[in-house]
Amino acid sequence: MKQRAEGKYERYVNEALEPSRVVRQENEPCRFINRKKNSHIFVLLQSSPIAPLTLSPRYLFVPFQMEEVIARMQEEKNGIPIRTVKSFLTKIPSVFSGSDIVQWMTKNLDIEDPVEALHLGTLMAAHGYFFPISDHVLTLKDDGTFYRFQTPYFWPSNCWEPENTDYAVYLCKRTMQNKARLELADYEAESLARLQRAFARKWEFIFMQAEAQAKVDKKRDKIERKILDSQERAFWDVHRPVPGCVNTTEVDIKKSSRMKDPHKTRKVRLMSRLMAKTSREKGKSLTNNALFSPESSLIGYTEQYLEYDPCLTPPDPSNPWISDDTTLWELEASKEPGQQRVKRWAFGIDEVLKDPVGREQFLKFLESEFSSENLRFWLAVQEVKKRPIREVPTRVQEIWQEFLAPGAPSAINVDSKSYDKTTQNVKDPGRYAFEDAQEHIYKLMKSDSYSRFIRSSAYQELLQAKKKVNASPFSKLLLYSKFVFLFQIKIKGLVLTASLCILCFTEK
Amino acid sequence: ILFIFEQYFCHIVLSPLIPEMATQEVQLNETLAHLKSESESLKSKLEEERAKLHDVELHQVAEKVEGLGQFVMKTRRTLKGHGNKVLCMDWCKDKRRIVSSSQDGKVIVWDAFTTNKEHAVTMPCTWVMACAYAPSGCAVACGGLDNKCSVYPLSLDKNENLAAKKKSVAMHTNYLSACSFTNSDMQILTSSGDGTCALWDVESGQLLQSFHGHAADVLCLDLAPSETGNTFVSGGCDKKANVWDMRSGQCIQSFETHESDINSVRYYPSGDAFASGSDDATCRLYDLRADREVAIYSKESIIFGVSSVDFSLSGRLLFGGYNDYTINVWDVLKGTRVSILFGHENRVSTLRVSPDGTAFSTGSWDHTLRIWA
Repeated sequence: MKQRAEGKYERYVNEALEPSRVVRQENEPCRFINRKKNSHIFVLLQSSPIAPLTLSPRYLFVPFQMEEVIARMQEEKNGIPIRTVKSFLTKIPSVFSGSDIVQWMTKNLDIEDPVEALHLGTLMAAHGYFFPISDHVLTLKDDGTFYRFQTPYFWPSNCWEPENTDYAVYLCKRTMQNKARLELADYEAESLARLQRAFARKWEFIFMQAEAQAKVDKKRDKIERKILDSQERAFWDVHRPVPGCVNTTEVDIKKSSRMKDPHKTRKVRLMSRLMAKTSREKGKSLTNNALFSPESSLIGYTEQYLEYDPCLTPPDPSNPWISDDTTLWELEASKEPGQQRVKRWAFGIDEVLKDPVGREQFLKFLESEFSSENLRFWLAVQEVKKRPIREVPTRVQEIWQEFLAPGAPSAINVDSKSYDKTTQNVKDPGRYAFEDAQEHIYKLMKSDSYSRFIRSSAYQELLQAKKKVNASPFSKLLLYSKFVFLFQIKIKGLVLTASLCILCFTEK
Repeated sequence: ILFIFEQYFCHIVLSPLIPEMATQEVQLNETLAHLKSESESLKSKLEEERAKLHDVELHQVAEKVEGLGQFVMKTRRTLKGHGNKVLCMDWCKDKRRIVSSSQDGKVIVWDAFTTNKEHAVTMPCTWVMACAYAPSGCAVACGGLDNKCSVYPLSLDKNENLAAKKKSVAMHTNYLSACSFTNSDMQILTSSGDGTCALWDVESGQLLQSFHGHAADVLCLDLAPSETGNTFVSGGCDKKANVWDMRSGQCIQSFETHESDINSVRYYPSGDAFASGSDDATCRLYDLRADREVAIYSKESIIFGVSSVDFSLSGRLLFGGYNDYTINVWDVLKGTRVSILFGHENRVSTLRVSPDGTAFSTGSWDHTLRIWA
């Protein structure tokens, strides 16, 4: 068993030392042995012009683009210069400085801000692609700190899920190496103690493995050992991070659960793809692409709403989140709509229907014209769709009686086709019983009642109304006197002042 | 067998342990192969047709639009209280309350303005991946690994045990990835890892409509903002974004240009377009009337996936929460990045703009939520 442990470790060491090993191989079967279930699953990968390797479990842990960037960094010509540094009596092999990395990234990755470069570099270090040679904490510093590349063998995309026994063997081996620089850190010593307690019964086996590995290590060349030791340490820094550091090996459960059982989606995928394609073909023929300019409608919308967007136009009086003042919300909740809000109703009928105050005003206007049945019908149908399914049949009957039945009190006019369809629907009432009628009424309101509302004096008055901000009586007096002046009302001075005073008092 | 596999996309085969299965496998593979080739040819034909019709990209048309000025947004509030990764959050219509859910099974209702916690519920399962606030503000819905969506009515009495009043509404056969109330407290739309979306009646728990068509887990959904609209869009692990008609259950439009899982979809405020964020590190804008993608938001330096996206009120800005702990703010029309926001110490898992657009909130794996304005 000892020999087997040695052989396995030796093989790993040989593989790890191969700097030119290519990790991502296309068209190559990749074999995963799931130790727990003892099953063998072959995953075959093929890249296409549209979709590169995506279902590969390799890229569950880290985006595939990251390895492409790392590969570029390691290029001989345009990559980061790697060198051996002489320090005191020893040599530090195969390193580069933090500022080298930041410089390279700024030049090659279209990054203007050094803060961004530092952030991305820190993430790469945290995922274990390169590491600081004298620190357990994996961050990038823009200075002379030395970093080394991680061997592809240890890259996260190899789906390492090292177990605690492996960690125990590693820590145990470390204690056997009499080197000051390889001494265990506090948190590592604590982990070792904890693991010793947990694996008390098989500690002999763990110790044996650690011994075997230490023996193999001793045979290695001094420089190679330095590099390997640091790489192995960095590997464990990723999988057993320093307390307080982010564990970058944590995976979103939605993705990992899918990878463990990819088999089940196969059949569904093919059939539904074909179905979706046929439905898409049909849908496509309905859109009028040739004459349309979708871009301009998007632009038009953003321009129209620019003044309403608090992110772009500071709201009046202030953004509550910035000023800690909730006046804005209080104003919006009040029954008196501000000018800006009223202006918005003119953008389209949906704006009026969306705003409860808008709906109220619209209804009031229509009632004054004795033509409110359309809007009331539309509102009632919207209401039905929001009720629990149990209440729907009764509500449908009520609406039918009120608006559509022969002799209905608030009869509405729908085209005969919709009327016939609705009559049928009401016999077996569902939430969409009035869908056709509602659509017809909506179009009617949009072209007729809504445009009349926007042109009405009631709406114009609301639009012109001065904003109801807390004004002192004096300024109100000023306002009214201006009004009087502009319209040149020829009233005797005394009567004028008297009426102004009365108005002020009633206003208060 | 190798020959067949070489021709087509990712394909997974159980190693044949029984000889009979082997011959059946071969036959099945041949039919699959044939179907696959047919679907590929249909797909390329469709792309050809689409390419013929479109000439310009959005950013080209938007050249004359005024550029945005200096953009400053900061964290205004930090909500601490979750014991584990925050997975999802939603705003209340009152513009200040928030519900958030996390991996430790807790669902918390906050008054984000004061940062006080108002309610807390402990779910029986961990990984509560979806939560939603009811339009009335009187209830919250949540679910996750339990494959269910449950609705909790919120009472004003702090001492009342919310868990007792829980109502189980939706039942799926895999995890619940997203849920949303439609315009009322009485209906919920859910999406699940079982590849389907479904519309449920809250009171009875009855399934009103189900939506089939995704070939893999559905990860996100968003309802169209229209008053009269009856549509919603969903995005899934099959890289597709589908637009559905709620009444008939049919998929009326489908878009497949992403290169990886679509983690988030959000309608443009006018309802004529929607944006999607994916693991391929890009956000894309799709126009519904033109039936195609009109913009891609990506940068060479952004290599981590997008977990969630949302628009500002006018639709000019697109906020994206990324797995590299940052938030990138994009100019929707010009396609450029306006700003990058740092602050979170782990992945940003969820991002939503408040109902009146005054702020947006992000939830992260670093156990906190932040409000930005």
